[in-house]
Amino acid sequence: MIRIAGLTVRLPGFSLTDITLGIPENQFFVLLGPTGSGKTVLLEAIAGIEKISSGSVRICGLDVTNLPPEKRGVGIVYQDSCLFPHLCVSDNIRYGLRYRRGNGAGNVQRFDELVDLLKISHLLKRKPATLSGGEIQRTALARALITGPRVLLLDEPFSAIDQSFRAELQQLLKTLQRKSGVTFIMVTHSFSEALSLADRAAVLQNGRVEQDGSIMDIFKKPRSAYVAEFVGIKNIYPANFRGLYAEVNDGMIRMGDEAASGHGYIAIRPEDIILSKSRLSSSIRNSFPGTVRSVFDRGYTFEVDVQAGETLYRSLITRSALVELDIRPGQDLFVSFKATAVHCF
Amino acid sequence: MDPGTRKSNPFFWLCLASGALVLAFILIPILHLMMRPSAESLGRAVTDIDVISAIRLSLATSLAAAAIAVIMGTPFAYLLARSSFRGKRVVESIIELPIVIPHPVVGIAILSIAGRGHWIGSALSDLGIRIMGSATGIIAVLAFVGLPFYISTVKNGFEAIPPRLESVSRSLGASVSQTFFRVTFPLAARSILAGFIMCAARAISEFGAVIVVAYHPMNAPVLIFERFESYGLDGALPVSVLLVIVCLMLFVVMRILTLQRKWKT
Repeated sequence: MIRIAGLTVRLPGFSLTDITLGIPENQFFVLLGPTGSGKTVLLEAIAGIEKISSGSVRICGLDVTNLPPEKRGVGIVYQDSCLFPHLCVSDNIRYGLRYRRGNGAGNVQRFDELVDLLKISHLLKRKPATLSGGEIQRTALARALITGPRVLLLDEPFSAIDQSFRAELQQLLKTLQRKSGVTFIMVTHSFSEALSLADRAAVLQNGRVEQDGSIMDIFKKPRSAYVAEFVGIKNIYPANFRGLYAEVNDGMIRMGDEAASGHGYIAIRPEDIILSKSRLSSSIRNSFPGTVRSVFDRGYTFEVDVQAGETLYRSLITRSALVELDIRPGQDLFVSFKATAVHCF
Repeated sequence: MDPGTRKSNPFFWLCLASGALVLAFILIPILHLMMRPSAESLGRAVTDIDVISAIRLSLATSLAAAAIAVIMGTPFAYLLARSSFRGKRVVESIIELPIVIPHPVVGIAILSIAGRGHWIGSALSDLGIRIMGSATGIIAVLAFVGLPFYISTVKNGFEAIPPRLESVSRSLGASVSQTFFRVTFPLAARSILAGFIMCAARAISEFGAVIVVAYHPMNAPVLIFERFESYGLDGALPVSVLLVIVCLMLFVVMRILTLQRKWKT
């Protein structure tokens, strides 16, 4: 377990404030947030590169708060090329071996395994300046993992890589994490990247943790408007709560659970909003007549904006549903969603 | 300026004229100097024991001053490149002071603390170190005038190395000093060499400070001055040409070293 308690880092013009997180061992943990939210600073504080003002970091029971980076057993892979430019790929990978306890034969075996797994055996004699973005990141991963860290920190490792190679490297990263049993903490601002890799995640904003938990919880039950917006929920409305109902604009929306306070927000994921020609007579509690305002082609899906009373709902539907319902702007239809699809916060 | 409008633009011609003027101003005197002495007088200078020992002294003291700059200046340049602190600007200005102080004043300032009247002078004297009229004294003033050039060159070199490379090295298990010797130093080696040569080139051309501290032993600039005083232009020319050749060699080596491919980071 990596326990971060009350961690505060003060920098000129930016502070990371009172971060408390528990990250289980051997998991893939993702730190989400936009540029400037403090993700990299948090990573560097865990690594011992950034000075901690207060709070503590414990890794597997060991308090590392006051340990220098080289004594923490924490590897780091940055987004841009941080290979040593004067060393070839092979020497880059072996860089940390001399500080590692263990025998030469074991090291050779680890080296061969990693080089094999990361498919960089043909690059070993090359200098970093001649490598592509993907090759650089593979080398950086091998260099960090060969020392056998307890935690590997990854700072947006895919951002300097061609879109077409990202999926492959993501898969590789997942495999590496499973095989090595090392705790991975990865920073990203892409929710889809997080969704495909992470077991658990935390969302950061302005140097604070907005929400942490399982990735599905964050996706399905965002705890703030910020998180909801960030994970891609487009239907967010201010609401007054009355029991199981939320009063939104001129309508009453049925919720799955009672809200904690009298006033807040509700959020509904666009893919949870069903469009139909007639009112649905099922267990669906919320069904409102409306008019299609616009249709956006999003590639595999279509975004349909429907005005129901004073509320504009955004629904995400497939091409076949679009054709079947013959949806076009100006058309009248019904907007329906389950009470359990309504998240209040 | 795009090529189409260049030729009709008076400003372009003004820039070009200023360039031609500057180049002519630098090159004409030097080329003339190089051409003027006869082969015979150059030959005599090369075999003149005083000339040889003066140039040798100039080279040795300049290289020694540059070596001192490397030892004294490198850790300080690294500190300046990697840290920010209150008063950093003031410290940087102090380092550049030797550039603005008139050179004879540098010599006088060094002498004034090297005498018996000052505790540093008496401490040096107790150690058997003499500044006035000695090669040690020449090295001291040359290091004084050369250090700013060394420190600023090497500081820029260190600043060009991403701090993240050092962070990564630390995370891989290397201590601060191991990181410095395995990552920072190899990557800065070229700037350190360039700084060394800058410092040596600055030192070898120093006259004003040297003549105050040590007329004897005589280094090349002082010898040139002495020959000029005693024999006029023709007496000074052959030694001058030899010294220019030595300086040019240093300069060419520096350009070759610094123009080579930089590390791509």
